[in-house]
Amino acid sequence: MSSPDGTAPPDRPDGTAAGQDQPRIEDLVHEEAGPIPKFGGLAEEHAEHEAEEAAEVMTESGPESKASAAGTSGAPPSGPGKELDLGPVGHLGDRLFSGLARGSGGLVILIVAFVGIFLLALAIPSLADDKSSFLFSRIWEPGGDQPRFGIAALFYTTVISSIIAMLIAVPIAIGVALFITYYSPKRLAQPVAYAVDLLAAVPSIIYGLWGILFFAPILGPVIDGLSSALGWIPLFEKPPGDNVGVVFTASVVLAIMILPVVTAISREIFQQTPIAHREGALALGATKWEMIRMAVLPYGRSGVVSASMLGLGRALGETVAVLIILSVPNGQDPWNSSIFAGGETFASKIANNAAEFDSPEKTGAYIAAGLVLFVVTFLVNSAARIIVDRSTPGNKRPRRNRRAGASTATEGAKS
Amino acid sequence: MTAVAENKPAYEGKALDLSGKSGSRAFKNTLATVLIGLAFVLAMIPLVWILFTVISKGYHLLLSADWWSQSQRGITVRREGGGAYHAIMGTLIMSLITAVIAVPIAVLGAVYLVEYGKGTRAARAVSFMIDILTGVPSIVAALFVYAVWITIFGFNRVGFAVSLSLVLLMLPVVLRSTEEMLKLVPDELREASYALGVPKWKTIMKVVVPTAFGGIVTGVMLGLARVMGETAPLLILVGYSKNINLNPFNGFMGALPTMINQDRTELALQPAADRVWAAALTLILLVLVLNVLARLIARFSSIKSK
Repeated sequence: MSSPDGTAPPDRPDGTAAGQDQPRIEDLVHEEAGPIPKFGGLAEEHAEHEAEEAAEVMTESGPESKASAAGTSGAPPSGPGKELDLGPVGHLGDRLFSGLARGSGGLVILIVAFVGIFLLALAIPSLADDKSSFLFSRIWEPGGDQPRFGIAALFYTTVISSIIAMLIAVPIAIGVALFITYYSPKRLAQPVAYAVDLLAAVPSIIYGLWGILFFAPILGPVIDGLSSALGWIPLFEKPPGDNVGVVFTASVVLAIMILPVVTAISREIFQQTPIAHREGALALGATKWEMIRMAVLPYGRSGVVSASMLGLGRALGETVAVLIILSVPNGQDPWNSSIFAGGETFASKIANNAAEFDSPEKTGAYIAAGLVLFVVTFLVNSAARIIVDRSTPGNKRPRRNRRAGASTATEGAKS
Repeated sequence: MTAVAENKPAYEGKALDLSGKSGSRAFKNTLATVLIGLAFVLAMIPLVWILFTVISKGYHLLLSADWWSQSQRGITVRREGGGAYHAIMGTLIMSLITAVIAVPIAVLGAVYLVEYGKGTRAARAVSFMIDILTGVPSIVAALFVYAVWITIFGFNRVGFAVSLSLVLLMLPVVLRSTEEMLKLVPDELREASYALGVPKWKTIMKVVVPTAFGGIVTGVMLGLARVMGETAPLLILVGYSKNINLNPFNGFMGALPTMINQDRTELALQPAADRVWAAALTLILLVLVLNVLARLIARFSSIKSK
């Protein structure tokens, strides 16, 4: 950056005289003298406050962030070298503004840290009272003298429904992305992209209503077919009773909901495939599909995997659509691992029982469940992020053409 | 996009020439084309189906003036009449408060990432946290606000609490899009400003942000569109009220998603079902208008770099 970075800390001795350092600037940009000092003045206490908080977080979170704090907040008071760079532009407004900007950055870190800390703080007392194993029990009876609750069943339903959703959505999303980037007529590409984005604009409660009222009935035959063919696997065993409001239905609706996310990211990656790769493939005599398999898919592989992870994260946390679709199993029934049975996910359980948040113990149990969901989505999203970071275009790209291309879809789905 | 489109004809010609030479390769090529086309058709089915369902079942209530000016006060599930004014206002008020809180933080955070923290470890930490925040499920955001607002501070369930949790969801959307836009502002503009002796903060306020303004507004619209349809925070953080309540700090508040949720268990009754689909259509329209506005703004104010 050509600009003076690392503005001085607030306790710089000449801070009070800063106003006099800038006569020319006021002449240059005269009309703005009015509103902006006001803005700075208003923001002053916020900036200080937020900067303080940011500093706190950074020192809290280990040596790595400490180093970074020193790196960004400019030279510490003892660093005269930086101050020389600053010269006459070490402006009061500059310091306030950079403080505000840094504060906002710090605030973001703070918010995420707070989400974790507060959820943990409120979950711990309830977890300590829990009379059954929190991680491995399938019972959910918080409150009362002998609170017993565990997340095993919730965890199972959440993960299985999201993974099935991803298995369905990712191949279709790759197809749609390829259609938009390489197959559709030029004029159609943009409207089609908009239309897919439109899917993302439909609120989730509407997906839920549509899913249970209109979509679930036509899925009935599919469920019957799958269960009669694969019924010997417990996962596909169809329990007696109707098959409306089962995990599988929720998964298909979730797949529709995450489709635009996965499509949008895959599309961008596919578009960036270097022209040289594509033309090279075609020059060697490849058909269009072979070009896609040899040049486009290997190039976009990591992008598609990370897009799938982001889609998975969405599906894990989706609340209302799942809440509406899934039928809550009767308390007396034995727990059923089949995807053709009802169930509850973390999110639907919490939302369904919002009315039960009357005592801290009960609330704590639900907050503990929310915390697990937070951790799971955190891990999934971090994985997506790491995959993206590790394979930014220009780094080593996998060149195993055929295998890489052919396995893209399945790999994306498994991880 | 343009690069792809420009080069397309060349590929098609070559691919066609080759396809005749080997039967299985040509077959695979055709199969792939068919499958990819099929994927597209498959993706369009739910969109068309949902829109058709909602529009055909919901449009007639939207045509009456009452829908836009009356509340559901005193109207039971079996009775017709009333409107969605209370819910529309509730949704708008909560979204507006969310935007007022989230947008300054998001824009300043993006300014930090692009103008101040570029390449530093702190900026990478912030960037990572934004990715995490992007993935935070709405129910977790709602639980967090519940933990702070109600369990710790002991406040009541009000509209403002919903806005607070929506801030967590809107912040990363706006921040990311603003960041992308600020990155597009040519460095020449900044350098020209510095060369004239304009301090950095004024350069940002008067040169960088105005240049990227259209893109920032687009991001805000898309962020608003995302939070408007959220239901989970509403279920946990505010009760549904059939009356008009415009005070986000006191009392329960209607909102379109909770209005749908309210009547969805009574869908066998025609008046309730009508209201559910009409509210759904109203919500889609609100979100759609924001999306279209965002795209229009983006189209007419794109940064012409290089």
